[in-house]
Amino acid sequence: MTMIPAFLAIGFFVILTIPFLGVKYKGILVYMAIVVNAGLTGYLAIQALMGLPFEIIFPGNMVTGAIALRLDALSAWFILIINFIFITGGFYGLFYMKAYQNQSKNLSLHGIAFVLLYSALISLTVIQNGMVFLIAWEIMALTAFISVIFEHEKMATIKAGFNYLLQSHVAIIFLMLGFMWAAYKTGSYDFQVLSNYTAGEKGAATVILFTTFFVGFALKAGFVPFHTWLPYAHPAAPAHISGIMSGVMIKIGIFGILRMMLVIKPDFAIIGYIILVVSVISGLYGVMLAIVQHNLKRLLAYHSIENIGIIGMGIGLGSIGLGTGNLVLATLGFAAALLHVWNHALFKSLLFFTAGNVYQATHTLNIEQLGGLIKKMPQTAFLFLIAAIAISGLPPFNGFISEFILYSGLYHWLLDARLLSLVAIVFAILGLVMIGGLAMLCFTKAFGVVFLGNARQTFKHEVHEVSFQQLIPLYLIAFFIVAIGFFPGFFLKLLIEPVSLLAGNSGVAGIFETNTMQTMQQISWAAWGFIALISVIFMVRKLVSRKHTIAIESTWGCGYVKPTANMQYTASSFIRSYTKLFKPLLLSYKKEKNIQGIFPTDGFFESHPYDKLEKWLYDTPIMEFKSFMSRFIFLQNGRLQFYILYGIIFIISIICIPIVYDMFIHLIGYFKQL
Amino acid sequence: MLSFILILIAGAFFTGIIIRTKSVASGRKGPGILQPINDVVRLFKKGAVYSGTTSFIFQMAPTIYFSSVVMAMMLIPFGQSKGLISFNGDFVFFAYVLALGKFFSIISAMDTGSSFEGMGASRESLYSLLAEPAFFILMGSFALLTGYTSFQEMFAALHLGSYISYAIAILATFVLVMIAMIENSRMPIDDPKTHLELTMIHEVMILDNSGFDLGLILSAGYLKFALYGAIIVNLFIGMVPYPYAIPLFFVIQFLLAIIIGLIESFIARFRMSHNPQFIFALTSVSLLIFFGVLLVLGKFI
Repeated sequence: MTMIPAFLAIGFFVILTIPFLGVKYKGILVYMAIVVNAGLTGYLAIQALMGLPFEIIFPGNMVTGAIALRLDALSAWFILIINFIFITGGFYGLFYMKAYQNQSKNLSLHGIAFVLLYSALISLTVIQNGMVFLIAWEIMALTAFISVIFEHEKMATIKAGFNYLLQSHVAIIFLMLGFMWAAYKTGSYDFQVLSNYTAGEKGAATVILFTTFFVGFALKAGFVPFHTWLPYAHPAAPAHISGIMSGVMIKIGIFGILRMMLVIKPDFAIIGYIILVVSVISGLYGVMLAIVQHNLKRLLAYHSIENIGIIGMGIGLGSIGLGTGNLVLATLGFAAALLHVWNHALFKSLLFFTAGNVYQATHTLNIEQLGGLIKKMPQTAFLFLIAAIAISGLPPFNGFISEFILYSGLYHWLLDARLLSLVAIVFAILGLVMIGGLAMLCFTKAFGVVFLGNARQTFKHEVHEVSFQQLIPLYLIAFFIVAIGFFPGFFLKLLIEPVSLLAGNSGVAGIFETNTMQTMQQISWAAWGFIALISVIFMVRKLVSRKHTIAIESTWGCGYVKPTANMQYTASSFIRSYTKLFKPLLLSYKKEKNIQGIFPTDGFFESHPYDKLEKWLYDTPIMEFKSFMSRFIFLQNGRLQFYILYGIIFIISIICIPIVYDMFIHLIGYFKQL
Repeated sequence: MLSFILILIAGAFFTGIIIRTKSVASGRKGPGILQPINDVVRLFKKGAVYSGTTSFIFQMAPTIYFSSVVMAMMLIPFGQSKGLISFNGDFVFFAYVLALGKFFSIISAMDTGSSFEGMGASRESLYSLLAEPAFFILMGSFALLTGYTSFQEMFAALHLGSYISYAIAILATFVLVMIAMIENSRMPIDDPKTHLELTMIHEVMILDNSGFDLGLILSAGYLKFALYGAIIVNLFIGMVPYPYAIPLFFVIQFLLAIIIGLIESFIARFRMSHNPQFIFALTSVSLLIFFGVLLVLGKFI
């Protein structure tokens, strides 16, 4: 009971004191506040996961009505993820931000935004009042905007920030529409009331209401075609903010979708198919575009879209399972989705943090200029490799576990499917397999080009590993990535409560026990066996090769002994056969000048990958709209008299329209008499 | 356990038989059937040369690649006897553990900073990704047909009855042979016998490997053939008792090796740019199998 005032007071206190502190202490204070608040909320969340949900209702005021805070197992799962990523990300941020110590005021603002962002995200998971939910949502959107534009002196950053700000407000419009409709029908903003109301309402109304919310939340989560803000905002933000945005902020969209599923209870089968199709497309499109990116963080941002797709596939399967009364399918689908939410938060934040290390060391994120970093930054490279394997969904790490549960769901569904659902299953399986394969292509490219081989460019400054303290949170994340891979059963047990809640059935625990746990036990054994096998072979290799001579030479180049770093395969050449194959789906702007003539001058070639959907769905309509509106530009002539005239015309027309309308009706009545 | 040992034995002969078939087809006498094994043993005894550009990735990768193949072998059943590891959905683990091996072989090629090996790595990653859907749809068809989702239960329940199911088994064999060829970068995808730098995929990726590491990579390749051969054998033996099943295993593996040898002798390598179409066509063959299964089950309503 005292925890909520404490939670708010800590945040409030920190926000008020940050501006008056020395640069060194700002970050530490912010971090302390996050840790304490994470402790408070984490305690409640763990209780809820154990089956003790928490509810408190504030009286509120005339506008909002009673404000209910309910912390159930679903909120608890997301709160724990948010806490974990903020604790690791905040710690990383303390060191990442050291380079900006001369910008004291900017750091204060950043710290305030960070605390507010954390508080808003936590609040969103528990607030069950539409009006207050929207206010918290707006706080989150604004503080995330401020966090993104930390380097506001760069044009690209400001542009990315505004793009994000605008699109998150489009999301708010949809959410507002949804909540307004709900309030109009039920007379209350409370989710519980809405839930009671929709229980009696079946058919189109709930589906449309749910779809409205889905679009709003999908904009935040980054489902295709609502994904265009992500690849701009993520690279522009400082590394710890990118990690947090991709790790937890876009997941709040997923949380919203799941919450609305619980509240509205729409026609689950239809909703499930819609979500499944949108998700498969998101997954494929995200990874297809990720491959062609040259900017490391942009590449990772597109991968977020892919992973949101995978999570969405889980939600879709779960929903179809609910709709068709297939409890095993529902369990597997929701379990895969919820586990992948955490998995993605882990490996994506780790990837963004390691990308931040690379940026700190080299001051560039263009992978064509990097190379050979594994020798200068072995620890960062190692951590990136772990995350890369995990995100490609390969065993024995965590990404494989959630994808495996998803596959189990799909193949389980296959066993009692009819023709239509079979088409959906084949589509989903093909999609998931292709996503996995393409992710592998993408991360072999990213890891291979950035960390392996020779440096493609010599930097004026020295490139070296970041400090060990900065790597501590990264190792912590990596520890969980590995732990989930090796002890999946333990982590799946935590999911029993949230999945039961989503499936609305207590039979879930039984399914976990009989179906999933045994398989997970076997996978765990397989993972350990795999590691044991590798170690044994490695030992044998060591023993055998101890006696033999080992020589170090240059790389084999067909007899040429002076290879240069420019002769290496670049990122573009690595994916060239892929881009040729997928050409119809990709878009790339090229600038080139060929080498010509007897005395050739310098030639050059540049390519900029772009997003075809963004061009069709965003750029072209906006351009058309602009050119249409420019015809009325004469109205804006800058003379006050004219503007007053417009006002008068407006007022007169407002008064006249009803009169004209009445006359029109009258006239029609007159004609009817004829 | 039984299947593991059988695959090991078959792996020892498989490549030798392919080479012998190719020699006979081209009018030569050819080396002995155990020559590939002798090569590997000789490599194990040799020292190694490493490129100064490489890092610990290059040292680790061959071991992990080899382990991934051995791990995949453990999942393969033999008739009624389970593999060493068996659970629902183990074929997903099978495909993904092989993919992990490929991940490491690709990044170890990138580790050398050589343009040749980068070329091979790029193609390997693209082709293996295109071949994957065929395998998953194939396994999906078997799951649908038998109602189980683990290798052992699926193969045990797979009994060939009608003509359609024979067609399915033959198509499945075709798909699996082709996947094995792609996995090992053999004809018609790639020609392992050309001059090394011209060989476009697998052989070019391991240009810088030598000594023990090269031995591991080569033996992993031999085992991979026997691995896919064992899956094909499983399509046919079903519930046949061991005294017949074990000889049948070797007969089918032997036939497969000869068929692969003949394919390599009489078919030219495709142009690189045509490979993706060919590989993706395998997925359509898998879909054909899937529809065949639907026909068998009468689900076309």
